[in-house]
Amino acid sequence: MIVQGLFYTAALVALLASLLVVTSKHAVHAILYLVVSLLALSLCFYLLGAPFAAALQIIVYAGAILVLFVFAVMLFNISQEDVRREDQWLDWKAWVGPTLLVLLLLAEWVLFIELAANPSGSEVVLVDARAVGARLFGPYLLAVEIASFLLLAGLVGGYHLAKKLPEESQ
Amino acid sequence: MWSQLVTIWRVFVHLFDKKDTVQYPEQKPYLAPRYRGRIVLTRDPDGDERCVACNLCAVACPVDCIALQKTEDEDGRWRPAFFRINFSRCIMCGLCEEACPTYAIQLTPDVEMCEYERKNLVYEKEHLTIDGQGKYPGYSFYRKAGIAIKGKAKGEADQEKPPVDVRSLLP
Amino acid sequence: MVEMELLFKISVLVLTLLPTAALLVWLERRLLGFWQERYGPNRVGPFGILQSLADLIKILFKHDWIPPFADKPLFVLAPLIGALAVMMSFVVVPLSPGWMISDSHIGLLFFLAMTSLAVYAVLLAGWSSNNKYALLGGMRAAAQTICYEVFMGIALLGVVILAGSFRLSDIVEAQQEWWFVIPQFVGFAIFMIAGIAESHRLPFDLPEAETELTGGFHTEYSGIKFALFFLGEYLGIMLISMMTTTLFLGGWLGPWLPPLVWFLLKTFVLICFFILLRASLPRPRYDQLLAFGWKWMLPLALVNLLVTAALKLSGGT
Repeated sequence: MIVQGLFYTAALVALLASLLVVTSKHAVHAILYLVVSLLALSLCFYLLGAPFAAALQIIVYAGAILVLFVFAVMLFNISQEDVRREDQWLDWKAWVGPTLLVLLLLAEWVLFIELAANPSGSEVVLVDARAVGARLFGPYLLAVEIASFLLLAGLVGGYHLAKKLPEESQ
Repeated sequence: MWSQLVTIWRVFVHLFDKKDTVQYPEQKPYLAPRYRGRIVLTRDPDGDERCVACNLCAVACPVDCIALQKTEDEDGRWRPAFFRINFSRCIMCGLCEEACPTYAIQLTPDVEMCEYERKNLVYEKEHLTIDGQGKYPGYSFYRKAGIAIKGKAKGEADQEKPPVDVRSLLP
Repeated sequence: MVEMELLFKISVLVLTLLPTAALLVWLERRLLGFWQERYGPNRVGPFGILQSLADLIKILFKHDWIPPFADKPLFVLAPLIGALAVMMSFVVVPLSPGWMISDSHIGLLFFLAMTSLAVYAVLLAGWSSNNKYALLGGMRAAAQTICYEVFMGIALLGVVILAGSFRLSDIVEAQQEWWFVIPQFVGFAIFMIAGIAESHRLPFDLPEAETELTGGFHTEYSGIKFALFFLGEYLGIMLISMMTTTLFLGGWLGPWLPPLVWFLLKTFVLICFFILLRASLPRPRYDQLLAFGWKWMLPLALVNLLVTAALKLSGGT
């Protein structure tokens, strides 16, 4: 009972924070709401029985990637004018279309979950680090490899961009 | 990397060295007799004030912390009517001591001047004057200088010849 | 009555951690004094032990000023995040067999997660102060923390491979025969260096670098908020020392003395070592720091992980 309450609270926090990510007028505030959303999501993971995923969610997403985001946005020197311009962009004409589409998607999701609801879904199965590793290098090996190729491409690209050109170095 | 480890070790060894700190209020540092601390006004061997209110100290003072007013006694001696030093401004440079022609101003090794109220750091003549002669015992300005005062005409000072009568043709 | 016991343990922990952090300020100043052939603060109370209390009273009565140009909510939030994220990490530290608040099976990951969140304090403080020095400090903190966090985690994986668990009490128990500092010396060194960088201690305190940035990320902070940053920093030292003890120095294990005493003794020695580092090593340049991290420490940590894993696999089971 307590666990369910915690889960729904965390889910609510995640939802609200995600909403605020989109509606915040200040970029840094938006990213911070994203951090909150990710933290709430990690709590959801934990309560669903995936502690390893929850920890990685915080370490990798909230602790590293979004730090980089904040780091980059910090340097943009956002002024009051930018905030005002952002305010103009948040016109109802701009957001009503995407919202409708997303609501449609949500309806589909709910329908799908309702249809696919299995009777054993209520009990929590603990997925520990060993299980995650076995899954990643078992059935999902191809996905891991593709992701690693993508990251490698990013790495090579970053190296290329950061490399000094010969004529510049002279 | 090795040099860093050596540094760490050497700094650690300092733990057992003698401390350089002087534990001040209990353990006073040695201050030489000629240390430049607080100013005093000294007296000549007769017990009179040495200060002749020449204002040279006030002129020499780089922070303008000395204020005094000249007055003249009936016997012809100059004296300060008041002599005031604002020690919250004084930088203990000793220029007033050097400027003083009568050895009246002398610097002492007393440096412990702390007050909770800044006004208390303004010292008057009564606070500054001491009973002794300080570093130059036996010196009296009016006995050495050729200035005429009551009871001592011109030429009567120590090591002074009587004034030359310029109207006379004799050598 | 498990909850009552838990509450009791948590309150005892908090009530000991905060004064200990304050005491650590005094200890650091005393030790720095000794290493510079001075005495350090020795006036307030016996051996000056109440100096931190006096400082605390003073700092509480200071004007709690928020600059008019600051981003107020974030400015207030930042020091809280800093102190809280570090304090949360203490939950998983096993002090002794009978004294663990949470013996979680992802204890080590929880520690990593909380330290990675602690960077937000510095980052947000730097940004919300709306001050160039503070922003530079926040920037440095972000780059430095991301860099050092990466190989901190990788260095710890060697320990995890040897112990076969993320549970900190299991890791301690796995050191019955050998402390992990012997088979994992490279990991130990890397973890120590990364720990110093994570808690912004002196050889790597570039985010606040007084001589260059007038205080860096906490330039605009005063009063109790500054005290919170200070608290976070000293709790961070304690945390890193405790984690190093747990992971590499055998935790509570040791002959004759009770487990808790062993743990605290090892932690104390490590804390003193951190202070010694502060007393002896100069601050590197910012680019040197990052180059050292990415070009030396990260490959070293990866090689360490690879060798450990290979040995573990070839050694069987």
